[in-house]
Amino acid sequence: MQLLILTVVLLTLATLGYRLGRGRALASTGGNPRLLHSLPSYHGYYVAMWCGLPALLLVAAWLALEPSVVRMLVMSGLPADVQTLPEERLALLFNEVRLVASFGKAPSTPAVGVAAEQYLSLRQLSFAAMAVVSLVAAVLGLTAAQRWIQADLRARNRVEKVVSVFLVGCSTVAIFTTVGIVLSLLFESIRFFNAVPITEFLFGLHWSPQIAMRSDQVGSSGAFGAVPLFAGTLLISFIAMMVAVPLGLLSAIYMAEYANPKFRAIVKPLLEVLAGIPTVVYGFFAALTVAPFFRDLGISLGLSVASESALAAGVVMGIMIIPFVSSLSDDVITAVPQSLREGSFGLGATRSETIRQVIVPAALPGIVGGVLLAVSRAIGETMIVVMAAGLAANLTANPLEAVTTVTTQIVTLLVGDQEFDSPKTLAAFALGLVLFCVTLVLNVVALHIVNKYREKYD
Amino acid sequence: MTEMVEKSVARTATDTAAARLKRRYAAERRFKAYGIVAIALALGFLATLLITVFSNGATAFVQTEMRLDVTFDASEMGLGDDRSPDALAGANYLAVVKNAIYARFPEVEGRSARRELAAMLSNGADITLRDLVQDDPSVIGTTRPVWMIASDDVDMAIKGHIPRTPGTDGARLSDQQLGWLEALEQSGAVELKFNTLLFTTGDSREPELAGLWGAIVGSFFSLSITLMVCFPLGVATAVYLEEFAPKNRWTDLIEVNINNLAAVPSVVFGLLGLAIFLNFFGMPRSAPLVGGLVLALISLPTIIIAGRAALKAVPPSIREAAMGLGASRLQVVTDHVLPLAMPGILTGTILGMAHALGETAPLLMIGMVAFIVDIPGSPFDPAAVLPVQVYLWADSPERAFVERTSAAIIVLLFFLAAMNLAAILLRKKFERRW
Repeated sequence: MQLLILTVVLLTLATLGYRLGRGRALASTGGNPRLLHSLPSYHGYYVAMWCGLPALLLVAAWLALEPSVVRMLVMSGLPADVQTLPEERLALLFNEVRLVASFGKAPSTPAVGVAAEQYLSLRQLSFAAMAVVSLVAAVLGLTAAQRWIQADLRARNRVEKVVSVFLVGCSTVAIFTTVGIVLSLLFESIRFFNAVPITEFLFGLHWSPQIAMRSDQVGSSGAFGAVPLFAGTLLISFIAMMVAVPLGLLSAIYMAEYANPKFRAIVKPLLEVLAGIPTVVYGFFAALTVAPFFRDLGISLGLSVASESALAAGVVMGIMIIPFVSSLSDDVITAVPQSLREGSFGLGATRSETIRQVIVPAALPGIVGGVLLAVSRAIGETMIVVMAAGLAANLTANPLEAVTTVTTQIVTLLVGDQEFDSPKTLAAFALGLVLFCVTLVLNVVALHIVNKYREKYD
Repeated sequence: MTEMVEKSVARTATDTAAARLKRRYAAERRFKAYGIVAIALALGFLATLLITVFSNGATAFVQTEMRLDVTFDASEMGLGDDRSPDALAGANYLAVVKNAIYARFPEVEGRSARRELAAMLSNGADITLRDLVQDDPSVIGTTRPVWMIASDDVDMAIKGHIPRTPGTDGARLSDQQLGWLEALEQSGAVELKFNTLLFTTGDSREPELAGLWGAIVGSFFSLSITLMVCFPLGVATAVYLEEFAPKNRWTDLIEVNINNLAAVPSVVFGLLGLAIFLNFFGMPRSAPLVGGLVLALISLPTIIIAGRAALKAVPPSIREAAMGLGASRLQVVTDHVLPLAMPGILTGTILGMAHALGETAPLLMIGMVAFIVDIPGSPFDPAAVLPVQVYLWADSPERAFVERTSAAIIVLLFFLAAMNLAAILLRKKFERRW
């Protein structure tokens, strides 16, 4: 709240700067804007920038640094015996201090109470200092820039320079995001692989991430062999593709080759609706309707189907992916030039022969690329499997049994109470790293196939 | 003789040709039928899904209420003569509720029978009375009929979701309770009324008291943060890449990055949020602020790609004309290209927001699955969002939560449909072809 007020005050100052700068620029030529180098509004922006930017950057930097500095100061104020505690305990303690300070929780020890008071006063002091410093910076910028306004000041060029720096900065966010993903996954994974050897993780056949609290606890061995998860993921994705590829491809072919425009105009958006439904809805549908349906079907056929069978999750995931496959294939099929079709018809082929022997082969690279993209989507899909697939890590190829997947495990490992340093939590990051790498490779390969084997017809 | 042979050969040749043609045409029809079947199956799935959700969820918008004659007895409420707001808020309404239902069935005796009787009313029935008394303290000392919320089992039985014949499997009400319910129904004291709680309260462990308002507000805060972060970022990036960027390795790298980010599974973004925003920057768990930031990173590629397409669609002649009149490159963009591309960018943004609204998995990673009763007051408070509420309710065992989950899905789909409709209308109204 205080921060909001400070920001508003700074922005008001910047607006004031704009008006001052504009007025001053006009005044410097006696009210004739034609004698100025830049339009008066650019002079205004120039002053506003000098006023607002340094101050806001200062606030941002202050906010980024404040927590760690405050933490250091609070920690150094704690009694000596507390300070020698291991790092995790210190983190917990500091968390408590924060809770006590911000939410009025009762402190467990007097030292925490003292620290909480110190924390509060430091925060207030820090905010006051930040407000004063940023306001001073804003006022200084305002007065200085205002003095620099002259008729021949190249205000437009300078403003545009700043804007272009801003644009470049924004475009690098994508890179920072990727770097952030890679680094965060990598660091936590390395810590995980310090506790669990990477070979055991990648090739172990046993997954049971619960770590025994007591040594005599049964069934909590803390085994981190991820092969059952990979197998389960592949099984469910395979089932999904068995549903999505035929249905998606055939409907794309019908839509592109047979359907009249009216039919297409109605059905295509309806198919796209399948892609717009949130995955959590599919998960609910799978768990509530599809899984019991398969179980009852299995019972009537004399088969035992698990209530969280891979089949149910896979089929529902396949439904979700249909529009993905169909719209990608539709694009490549319509991109096949008309002359190929006409040539084939001219030789006496029927439509279906033309499609099977001319159009699909010509569009094949695009279709394969689309299918690979769909596979990567199936592997990364989370909510359907979290809600409809099992938690037990069975190593099986039987679609009627319950299997678990990489994404399911990531969610189960991280939801609920967690300590951040246990291998159980870190395992989620290792799984995330595997997931990231696999989907990345699939996407790169898919794009490569599409680009390399795309027939150039013109 | 020779003529005859020739004739028969000719006949067999045309026969085989005709047979082959027939086969080929049959194959043609089959192939066409495959396509129709595929489309029918896909649309059939869609219809099944929607019908399942709507048929399950429609009844959640009404709620069973019971009318009982309530005696507001000051001494039972532990009030005395004090009518101050504090005293009214702290009074014992539960006793009043129980007395009301005991009075309706005076023949019921014994502790366990009475407990069963009281269990037919919701745990939240006393809140109805409290609100009533706080609105108008003069009701104290009077007896008047009040509609109170029934328990979830009664609600389900009335709506026909669990069997009402005594002794059947899955009947959650005892035979006695079913009898009382029958009696109440016959006297017209049981009615389905519009479920206002669903749209005014936060989550609850009691299905009949659980509402969506907390999740709706949480979603609103999250999406506001997402929009504030990713609209400027996305537009600036699109403008840079489309209008200013030189063609070099650096911009290639940015483009490859954006395309890859668009394909990264969303759960990985959740891990990023957990590691960077929560553990590194120490932002609050379960807060829409963090959820909004993570969603912003997820929808950024969508918005950039849509923005670039919209900018590309603006014909170069407009840029050239503006430059010819002496505009700088930035002025060309801000004064001409961007306004013309804005409808396209906004359409893409709305679609990206709709996608972000339905996103669940990354929010589970950053702790937005906590059980939160309070309505969030700011983006810094812990909150749930709509899809996470769906997930939480779907996990709850009570039969009544199936109905609530479907209702939550209906509300979610309603918002998604509204956003998509807005995007379509925007496109229709402002789309220009040059």
